[in-house]
Amino acid sequence: MSIAAPTAKPAREIREITAWDRLKVNKNWLGAWFMLPAAAFLILFLAYPLGLGVWLSFTDARLGRDGVFVGVENYIYLWEDSVFWLSVFNTILYTGVASIIKFAIGLYLALLLNENLPFKAIIRAIVLIPFIVPTVLSAIAFWWLFDPQFSIISWSLKQMGLITQNIDFLGDVWNARWSVIFANIWRGVPFVAITLLAGLQTVSPSLYEAATIDGASTWQRFRFITYPLLTPIIAVVMTFSVLFTFTDFQLIWVMTRGGPVNATHLMATLSYQRAIMSGYLGEGAAISTAMIPFLLAAIMVSWFGLQRRKWQQGGDND
Amino acid sequence: MTDALAQKAGDPRGTLAGTADHSEGMSYLHSLPRRLVTLYLPLGLILVVLLFPFYWMALTSVKPDAQLLDMDTYSPFWTWSPTLKHITKLLFETEYPVWLWNTMLVATCATALSIFASVLAAYALVRLRFKGSTVAGGLIFLAYLVPPSILFIPLSTVVFQYGLFDTPFALILTYPTILIPFSTWLLMGYFKTIPFELEECALMDGASRWQILVKIILPLAVPGLISAFIFCFTLCWNEFIYALTFISTTSYKTVPVAIVTALVDGDVYRWGSLMAGAMIGSLPLVVLYAFFVEHYVSAMTGAVKE
Repeated sequence: MSIAAPTAKPAREIREITAWDRLKVNKNWLGAWFMLPAAAFLILFLAYPLGLGVWLSFTDARLGRDGVFVGVENYIYLWEDSVFWLSVFNTILYTGVASIIKFAIGLYLALLLNENLPFKAIIRAIVLIPFIVPTVLSAIAFWWLFDPQFSIISWSLKQMGLITQNIDFLGDVWNARWSVIFANIWRGVPFVAITLLAGLQTVSPSLYEAATIDGASTWQRFRFITYPLLTPIIAVVMTFSVLFTFTDFQLIWVMTRGGPVNATHLMATLSYQRAIMSGYLGEGAAISTAMIPFLLAAIMVSWFGLQRRKWQQGGDND
Repeated sequence: MTDALAQKAGDPRGTLAGTADHSEGMSYLHSLPRRLVTLYLPLGLILVVLLFPFYWMALTSVKPDAQLLDMDTYSPFWTWSPTLKHITKLLFETEYPVWLWNTMLVATCATALSIFASVLAAYALVRLRFKGSTVAGGLIFLAYLVPPSILFIPLSTVVFQYGLFDTPFALILTYPTILIPFSTWLLMGYFKTIPFELEECALMDGASRWQILVKIILPLAVPGLISAFIFCFTLCWNEFIYALTFISTTSYKTVPVAIVTALVDGDVYRWGSLMAGAMIGSLPLVVLYAFFVEHYVSAMTGAVKE
């Protein structure tokens, strides 16, 4: 059958290979077309606005009016603006405290979930729910939980006799800060825990068994096995966590809108207030642009975290 | 290496389920009382804290107004006379169904667009290996790290220039910038696990690249596509700052923005309908998540690990 095939079917007419035929299988040509939709979106709605944002920060643009180039005037104004510096302080405090606690509780929760548990899959699914529910909607729930008059937290503490007055969660400068940090931690812990859990599950149990035979304590097993093997994924998870906390907007906007007396204004909320609500686009853009150096620092950490992961696991770059 | 990849292709949740059955190894060393204190107690505590806001949300949305603010005559932690008043008020006296529909429409369209663009991009980056594909992959990763909260100011002027301001297209076309980098990265990981030989066979048989993608790669990457779809849909539903900035007409708003801007009024009894709104707004996502929890987890962890 296979021998007869060439004779049974007359040989096809050999066609000249045209330039078009060559182009059709050219990887660069095909690659360009395959990349086109993604590239179009990212250039039109990401790269161009990013550049435009930096340009806007050097102009005096207002909402609905093109600005003219004013040099670093916006930055000089911000440099002398105490509210701006307060927002920088708040952002760093918010990011720093929330990230450290998210990491600590997240890692602890991941270690707990890595134990042999009944209904493990269901518990893991439940843990992730705060991360699924839209931030704004859970922020509204927190707003209600932190209500100055009808807060269930104040009520419970009063019933227990720990306090006599309602706590003014969102009305007092430091209370408001801790309250929004708490809400952020609440939302961030599941992400950290579940991703670290995925990392923990790749650690071979035989390492722990060997260490136990050698007489290692629980702490030593964590310190010398779990932690070093988990470092690469910790680096990546925490970079993302820091990045998203630093640029957070939703929680603050819903719960406090930056108040009381700007005590919870983050750089993102301040830029929204200045640019969109007051209409000073240039000034708002300058605040956004001022966030970029911090962002770059976070990206560098992420990048080196990823690099280290490759050589630690002995993999290639593919 | 190949074995590991093939295994991963067969079992998309391998990352999580892979070693789970070995973990019983040394747990016989711990007695029950000890486990109670070191494991169940802290775990239970964390779970209670994580879930309490949802319980409170659900409870508030069915409590009658009188019980809502009077915490002395009624125990605030339970109600014996649940009411659907807040929910019916929300559904029939406000534009809530419209907002829900807007959110659904925007999320579906933006997700579909993003998945289309990401599939093509991821395939090109992983399999075509064209000149500059490494750089392009790196740039897409960087795009993932650009947060919406530094883009919304210039983007609002861009949206205005393109004539999209205050239309659903403003959101449908800008959300993909958040979704494409993520889903491209995720799908690249999945495409890498599909054996190259399959593709070579198809090439020998005269299939074009497009045919290979549609007939061979996509059917094999279905778990990855579901993961990407679920995650993108959730991100769209969740998005706030673009929707807040680019939409000003109340009937075009999405649920998260509309609740905060249109539903919050000075009424002291607003909490019932607010909580009902928050609950109904989260419900579709929670249901979706309940069905595809493994895909969701693999999307989340995959994005971090790949």
